[in-house]
Amino acid sequence: MSWSEFLDKYQGPLIDAAWTTLRLAFVSFGIALVVGIIVVSFRVSPIPPLVRVATWFVAFFRNTPLLVVFFLALFGLGDLGLVYDFFPTAAVALGLYTGAYMAEVLRSGINAVPQGQAEAGRSIGLGFIQLMRLIVIPQAVRTVIGPIGNLFVANFKNTAVASTISVLELTGQSQRMFNDAAAGVWRVLIVITAIYLLFLFPAGYVFRWLDARFSIKR
Amino acid sequence: MSRNTRLLLSMLAIFALLLAACGDDDDDTETGTDTTEEESTDTTEEESTDTTEEDSTDTTEGDAAPVGGTLTVGTKYDQPLFGVNTPDGVVGFDAEIARYIGEQLGAEIEFQEAVSANREPFLQNGTVDMVVATYTINDERDEIVDFAGPYYVAGQDIMVVAGNPKGITGIEDLDSGDIATCTVEGSTSLDNLNELAPNANVTTFDAYSKCADAMGQGRVDAVTTDNVILLGLADESEGAYELVENPFTEEPYGIGVPEGSELRCQINEILQAMYDDGTWAQIYQDTVGAVATQVPDPPALNNEGC
Repeated sequence: MSWSEFLDKYQGPLIDAAWTTLRLAFVSFGIALVVGIIVVSFRVSPIPPLVRVATWFVAFFRNTPLLVVFFLALFGLGDLGLVYDFFPTAAVALGLYTGAYMAEVLRSGINAVPQGQAEAGRSIGLGFIQLMRLIVIPQAVRTVIGPIGNLFVANFKNTAVASTISVLELTGQSQRMFNDAAAGVWRVLIVITAIYLLFLFPAGYVFRWLDARFSIKR
Repeated sequence: MSRNTRLLLSMLAIFALLLAACGDDDDDTETGTDTTEEESTDTTEEESTDTTEEDSTDTTEGDAAPVGGTLTVGTKYDQPLFGVNTPDGVVGFDAEIARYIGEQLGAEIEFQEAVSANREPFLQNGTVDMVVATYTINDERDEIVDFAGPYYVAGQDIMVVAGNPKGITGIEDLDSGDIATCTVEGSTSLDNLNELAPNANVTTFDAYSKCADAMGQGRVDAVTTDNVILLGLADESEGAYELVENPFTEEPYGIGVPEGSELRCQINEILQAMYDDGTWAQIYQDTVGAVATQVPDPPALNNEGC
């Protein structure tokens, strides 16, 4: 099988799979951002029960292998009668998993803001919400851009695990193509790697640009 | 620092132990095999032991059936309905066929676990006298061992929820695309499905048990692979799943004997007699019949060279 025959045969499935990967990566990362913000706000809040909920959430998702999270979401919830389609299950499971890391990244950003800033804010009479919104978060954002970029890339690559719950994204498609001996395992792997790189190289540039934009000008 | 060093050392030690344990496993299997051989030597008369040895050393002359002796049979210990090792002995279709053949040959049957990968080596080095272990006859294997039979024809079939709510009768129904069909990624079963039902709506996992689970949750309507695997899953489901019993591929199972062994023709004669007097159907009914409803017709024997 030549390259042109290979592309003729697999162009369609590859584009479909790449589109699935892209959708899964962005939907799950969006969920992760929302989850991360909610969890970190619980975590740094002055209300002990909320702090405990957030701590347990992070502990659970950060200490469970992603593959297990996927199987729990699919078969575990399924046995409880909560049967959802493969793609939404994958997107939510991955979003929650990355969300736990996101919460920790955001917390490290908040902790990086010198304590004197918060004290100064309180001394002029700001409440917790105002303090976060006006003083802490604007300063925390610039320290977390880099780590969030890392998380984006990690989350993007983690979409591959969704192939185990029958989401036909790039890695799942590559496994299916391995069945076709004529396609050649090496060729399939080169093509799949190239597509991941094609997506993730530009992502690296975007995050570097964002980082530069938000960093303190020295 | 010294604490870290100690931690590192102990972790290395654990790792080494694990590796050693894995290595030992292989040794155990071999030792186990040796023991079985020794045991059989102990309990067997001198002549039949010689016969067994001839199997391995000089197969071209062939050998006589070990009348009154022991016949070591390689079978699967983990194949539901065909060969399962229980506290009461090995049970299942393969085990019963082997017992009956042993009875007819006047030999005592001794079972030895055989897994797919060691069936040919076991026959070649004389560890077993015959293999009855869901053993598909193919040209590659036929070159190094001989096959009696076939005594059963397996094939790719379809498993559905009990009562068959979607009314699936065969592979044609899967081709409509309305039936969510599950199989294992990278399997021959998936290749067959793609070839015979190109429009099928396919879901894949890495194990058939996950397919069965997904069907139990209503995510898929059908699971397809070899009927022997499906029969096992249906058996374990305790009535939740059933087979369509309309296989669309053919995989003849044979009884493996050493290359050139006279046992092959003797076994074929016994099989023919079992077919004719209904023993074969009775054994099928008593074992596989626990899940399958129809008793198939026994396959025609290959008597070439007998």
